Amino acid sequence: MLQFLLKRLLQAMLVMSIISIACFAIQDSLGDPTREMAANSISSEERELLREELGLNDSTIVQFGRFIGRAVQGDLGNSYFFKEPAMTVILKKLPATLELSFAASILIIVISIPLGVFTAIRPRHWFSRLTMAISVIGISIPVFLTAIGLIFIFSVTLGWMPSFGRGETVEMWGYWSSNFFSGDGLLHIIMPAVALSSIMLPLFIRLVRAEMLEVLSTEYVKFARAKGLSSYKVYMKHALKNTMLPVITVGGVQIGIMVAYTILTESVFQWPGMGFMFLEAVNRSDIPLITAYIMFVGFLFVVVNTLVDLLYGVINPMVDLVGGNK
Amino acid sequence: MKNKLQLMGGLFCAGMLAFTVVDAKTLRLAYDADPVTLDIHEQLSGGVLQLAHMTFDPLIRWTKDLGFENRLATSHERLNDTTVRFNLRKGVKFHSGNSMTAADFSWTFDRLKNSQDFKGIFTNFSALNVVDDYTIDLVTTGPYPLVLHTATYIFPMDRKFYTGTDSNGNDKGEIVKSGASFASTNLSGTGPFTVTSREQGVKIEFERFADYWDKSSPGNVDKIVFTPIKDEQTRVAALLSDGVDMIAPVSPNDFGQIRSSSKADLVTKAGTRIIMFQMNQERRAELKDIRVRQAIVHAVNNDAIVKKIMKGFATTAGQMSPKGYLGHNPKLTPRFDLEEAQNLMKEAGYENGFTLTMMAPNNRYVNDDKIAQAVAVMLSKINIKIDLQTMPKAQYWPMFDDRAADLMMIGWHSDTEDSANFNEFLTMTPNSDTGMGAYNSGNYSSSFVDESTMAANKETDPAKRASMLQAVEERIYQEAGIVPLHWQNLAWAARKGVNIEPIVNAMNFPYLGDLVID
Repeated sequence: MLQFLLKRLLQAMLVMSIISIACFAIQDSLGDPTREMAANSISSEERELLREELGLNDSTIVQFGRFIGRAVQGDLGNSYFFKEPAMTVILKKLPATLELSFAASILIIVISIPLGVFTAIRPRHWFSRLTMAISVIGISIPVFLTAIGLIFIFSVTLGWMPSFGRGETVEMWGYWSSNFFSGDGLLHIIMPAVALSSIMLPLFIRLVRAEMLEVLSTEYVKFARAKGLSSYKVYMKHALKNTMLPVITVGGVQIGIMVAYTILTESVFQWPGMGFMFLEAVNRSDIPLITAYIMFVGFLFVVVNTLVDLLYGVINPMVDLVGGNK
Repeated sequence: MKNKLQLMGGLFCAGMLAFTVVDAKTLRLAYDADPVTLDIHEQLSGGVLQLAHMTFDPLIRWTKDLGFENRLATSHERLNDTTVRFNLRKGVKFHSGNSMTAADFSWTFDRLKNSQDFKGIFTNFSALNVVDDYTIDLVTTGPYPLVLHTATYIFPMDRKFYTGTDSNGNDKGEIVKSGASFASTNLSGTGPFTVTSREQGVKIEFERFADYWDKSSPGNVDKIVFTPIKDEQTRVAALLSDGVDMIAPVSPNDFGQIRSSSKADLVTKAGTRIIMFQMNQERRAELKDIRVRQAIVHAVNNDAIVKKIMKGFATTAGQMSPKGYLGHNPKLTPRFDLEEAQNLMKEAGYENGFTLTMMAPNNRYVNDDKIAQAVAVMLSKINIKIDLQTMPKAQYWPMFDDRAADLMMIGWHSDTEDSANFNEFLTMTPNSDTGMGAYNSGNYSSSFVDESTMAANKETDPAKRASMLQAVEERIYQEAGIVPLHWQNLAWAARKGVNIEPIVNAMNFPYLGDLVID
């Protein structure tokens, strides 16, 4: 176990150093941050001075060396726009994004498993057909269109839902501001969560259905039936459990992706999370923040994958994490 | 029991009262972005100037029809060629409680002269002399016609509040671009609103300043909750779903939705930002030929661009100076004429045309990339093939600095609301010593334009100055120095009952202190 975690830690460091090199390699094409920091009308000497102050005139190698030197001490530089350490900015925006992803994941789990199981057990039922038809449509509509559609119907036309932002949040532990503990906060998170889950939901319904169908045709299920077990027990106890293994693997990775790619949903709903922050950082050529964000997301992917592997081991004891012979 | 009931009744009434007051006088405001800083001298940008007009007051300010009105000055008079005297308002308090005097102006002037972004506007000013506590003299290096224009940029800062060192031992008055400073996170001005809380990129809350000097202002807004909403459609949806009371900017694509709504009103105004193309004569010998440049100008159908792409949300331009500017020359109108353009090409010997490269940003000006595509198609009619590249502004500006294409798009707003500024940056011969022509990517050069602009900057008689600046516009027109397209309009929208019409202006800094909500 410890060996496994150490290995993963090494992997994480490798991933992050590769990302940081890549970030510096493309730095020049990220634009000139002084354009966003100073007026158009300032003289070229003034602009040069500002570039000098920011250390942008040094060669890429020198800049990279300076960056690594600070990074090993945990300092990823200061954001130009927020005027704070980039990591502080990211950690401030993290709760909003995690809560949004969490809400979307709950929706996905609660909806996709029952629907997937039902469509597998009763493939010819009219409801199954309807579900499959809708999921095909759902998978082909881009998120921002879903989001704008939701806003138009439920905020503008019906006036039931707030159209932007997080609303009233509740401070927890002096750091985490949460949407889940006030009515207003919950109301604000519904539409973004629905929009965000809309891409993954059809995928998961289909995944659960396909896995379930496969399991249902295996010998042991047939045997269980032949033994005279109630169909509820056959489906829920024997079949579903084995269906969940691949679903968890795919799900873990997908949720990691979801955290990283909340960009579209967040920008349509003006959700003050990391995705929106990143998009703005790109617009403003806020290079330290861009670099820190990409590295952070790389780290997040490694962590999510590690957690998925651990969970896998818990559910299926046959999986050997370290890969040694037993 | 009875007491309890009375108490509850009282609380209920108080609650109702509080509810109606808050309901009636809170403005929920959404712009596309929030100001980067609270330090009004750190960055010369629309966002920071909007903040300055909310939390500070200038000496004098622009009126809707581009005239001036007194704010912290009560009167002014020209003493001689180089000196203008301002009498200051008495009894004005800063948010900190300090009283405003001439010393605050002197301190502010020195800070402006040190500000990277603002010093350019004040180059022609040598001193701000304190005569007494309520009188100052603005002194220019020579005769200078734009003293009042420039005085709109003098928002006195609270000298005592910004003097000393903060908890980190840094000077409180220091202007820092690359990080946080005392002045970028704290604010004390004389303006109608104080900042009560601020989370960068998320929300700023303002409250009306109880001791605000302007008791005659009709403004009745007690509180402003400012939320940046980046996405155009979300901003409109927020207004129409009663999430906010006022939004800006509004994209032409959303005009229909707002106009047809019973909940909100749209206010548009002719703007002063000119959008144009520059033709690089240094990169391409063909563009040195005046006939080719004329052909290009004649081939571009400004009217079609404004109608089809801008949906009427722009004013076609034949010159740089918009109506209301001294240099605006009413004779110079757009001259789309395809036949003439083809003839000119033939005359110049380029009947079969050639290929030009073109670059434009795709997120800087309204519909910038679509405009560039349209111009490219229009030029194909005179056999000029365009190799077009559009890119985000972050990538565009370095390209512009490198003069990376034969035709480059640029939009310009004159910081002084004066015609000479256009020439200084866009059409005068590029000169790294004087800093003139810094954005003249076309290398258009005319000694007449150079000399007349400089002479106009010393001419204090408005009539003479107007004729000089108009002659400059005419010369650029005749020589087809640039391809003018249009002036971008401005648009705001607000919930019915929020009377924004009287307080918005072409400079795009709404005077929210005077806003009346029914």
